[in-house]
Amino acid sequence: MGILEVKNVGKRFGGLQALSDVNLSVQENTVHAIIGPNGAGKSTLLNCFVGKLIPDTGSVMFNGQSVLGLKPHQINQMGISRVFQTPEIFGDLTVMENVMISCFAKRDGSFRLHPFETVAHEVDIVDKAEQMLIDVNMADKRHMQASSLSRGDKRRLEMAMCLSQDPKLLLLDEPTAGMARADTNNTIDLLKEIREKRDITMAIIEHDMHVVFSLADRITVLAQGTPLVEDVPEKIKGHPKVKEAYLGETGVTQAA
Amino acid sequence: MKMLGLSNKDTTFLLIVVGLTLLTPFLLQPFPVASGGNMFNAGYPDLMQRFAIFGIFAIGFNILFGLTGYLSFGHAAFLGVGSYSVVWMYKLLGYNVVPGLILAIIVSALFALLIGYISLRRSGIYFSILTLAFAQMMYNLAYSVLTPLTNGETGLQVYSNDPQVLRGPEHLDAPHFFNLFKMTDSTKLTLGGWEFTLSAGYYFTAVIAIIAFYISLRIFRSPFGLMLRAIKTNQTRLNYTGINTRPYTLAAFVISGMYAGLAGGLLAAMDPLAGAERMQWTASGEVVLMVILGGAGTLMGPVLGAGFIKYFENIFSKINDGVLHQWFAWMPDGLENVIITISHFFVGKSWHLTLGLLFMLVVIFLPGGLVEGGQRIAARFRGRKAKDDATHAAKTQPSAAE
Repeated sequence: MGILEVKNVGKRFGGLQALSDVNLSVQENTVHAIIGPNGAGKSTLLNCFVGKLIPDTGSVMFNGQSVLGLKPHQINQMGISRVFQTPEIFGDLTVMENVMISCFAKRDGSFRLHPFETVAHEVDIVDKAEQMLIDVNMADKRHMQASSLSRGDKRRLEMAMCLSQDPKLLLLDEPTAGMARADTNNTIDLLKEIREKRDITMAIIEHDMHVVFSLADRITVLAQGTPLVEDVPEKIKGHPKVKEAYLGETGVTQAA
Repeated sequence: MKMLGLSNKDTTFLLIVVGLTLLTPFLLQPFPVASGGNMFNAGYPDLMQRFAIFGIFAIGFNILFGLTGYLSFGHAAFLGVGSYSVVWMYKLLGYNVVPGLILAIIVSALFALLIGYISLRRSGIYFSILTLAFAQMMYNLAYSVLTPLTNGETGLQVYSNDPQVLRGPEHLDAPHFFNLFKMTDSTKLTLGGWEFTLSAGYYFTAVIAIIAFYISLRIFRSPFGLMLRAIKTNQTRLNYTGINTRPYTLAAFVISGMYAGLAGGLLAAMDPLAGAERMQWTASGEVVLMVILGGAGTLMGPVLGAGFIKYFENIFSKINDGVLHQWFAWMPDGLENVIITISHFFVGKSWHLTLGLLFMLVVIFLPGGLVEGGQRIAARFRGRKAKDDATHAAKTQPSAAE
């Protein structure tokens, strides 16, 4: 039984069957990648995990509990953190404040009225956030305004915010989309580093097969809303069905 | 010097604010009475009380608008509710202002809870329109259907046949504080050519304003304040970080509504009257102007903005053609008339034009309001003093005023 169990999930938008009969199981302490060409339904699937979309059919169970119909903040409180395609951070706040907000959310839950406490006096939160920034090599930037960070650092900060919550499952939505080669490599290195340092379960949505290849324990290939194959990376690479799905897109994939 | 749960820097900041507030009757009276500058003196009780009251209104509004970015166009409704509550307490209990102010805060909180709960289902312009709609509804109700409660057009006031059950024969005959002093009590202090008015009403309002400011300071520095600022910058991220934003915005809305109710109550404490016009949308718009002009999201900004606008409203509006003739009498007649004809559009009854132009200038050149202006001037001075410090200054924490 995996930490995330997806059964017979289907989703239709008007005339488009975006997802049909998706079955998927993400095992604890593994990195599971979901790849597929454009329009395969990857993002739709991810949005079904985080409360943004509700599938028409099927079930999504996290740790034995259904997440369908729950709000994003409720799903996060269950232990799922999400990294967005373009980093979503609190641009007007400092790097430190960004991470502290995550720590507060983890400690205090989805709402707590605490108008007369002082942020600076919350020693455990301050310490935790500082340690997290050291872990991702951003301690020297703690007082910078988050919007002034480079794109790579924004991604790093977003990752730090998610990791500071010790998520049971970390979802990554095309973490390298639109990045230059160097940034892509940095991100891959960061993810590998995170993997080595802590026990973590990750599910990565990715267009570019090469990104996840060195990272994933298992890969599911999605095409036209249905899983094509699921296997270890080595077997996926040469799989005839995968080649077929990516055919005509191979060039794009290489270049990305 | 750490006290009241504030950092050293904030304690200093608070002490400066307290000092300035207590010295206001002197600071706003810089010109001798006999001099031509006397008309620019603002140290008279009625105006100073307005500074403090609208300061409170703006400080509260800033907690909602400045921190969360939710722009309410209906906060005057709470101002009106506060005034009505206080006058009703005068009518039923007696002229002590305290029960009325407490009721004003409670009733405005309840109204804010209801209006906020519904309006906050939408954000952006739709939220603003909803709040505006509620406030206009309340304004029209106060004028018509609710006449038994509000006394309609005449406005609510105290009549000699009102019960005033707690009023003893020895009690004062005007708004007072536990029979210790009347709000209108004042002493004049003459020093050379200068004349200062120390009024009980002003100091009463000033003490409440300082408490209101202190509470706002604590909110700014609290995890709650941090969440509110996070709502303004990225609500999506906050939701996916496990925070339910709705109760946070609702709490901010209710708190700012309570501030507005308190301010409205104080207006009725100064002058025992409450009229529906206090709830009109122009009054809601005015507090928006105050906060933006001073600097939304800053601690001092709302107070500065409130003072600025109230000063203009009361002082610039007094400069009529007669005064202009006096000022420019030394000019040749033709030129004098031209100058007066032009200035005529900017002062006296047309003071709104000057305010509008200033507002435009501030929004275009100082998006952070007067506080940003002050910070830029301060930075310029510091830069001149020691250029080596520039790198150091960039690293320092955001200043207390932010």
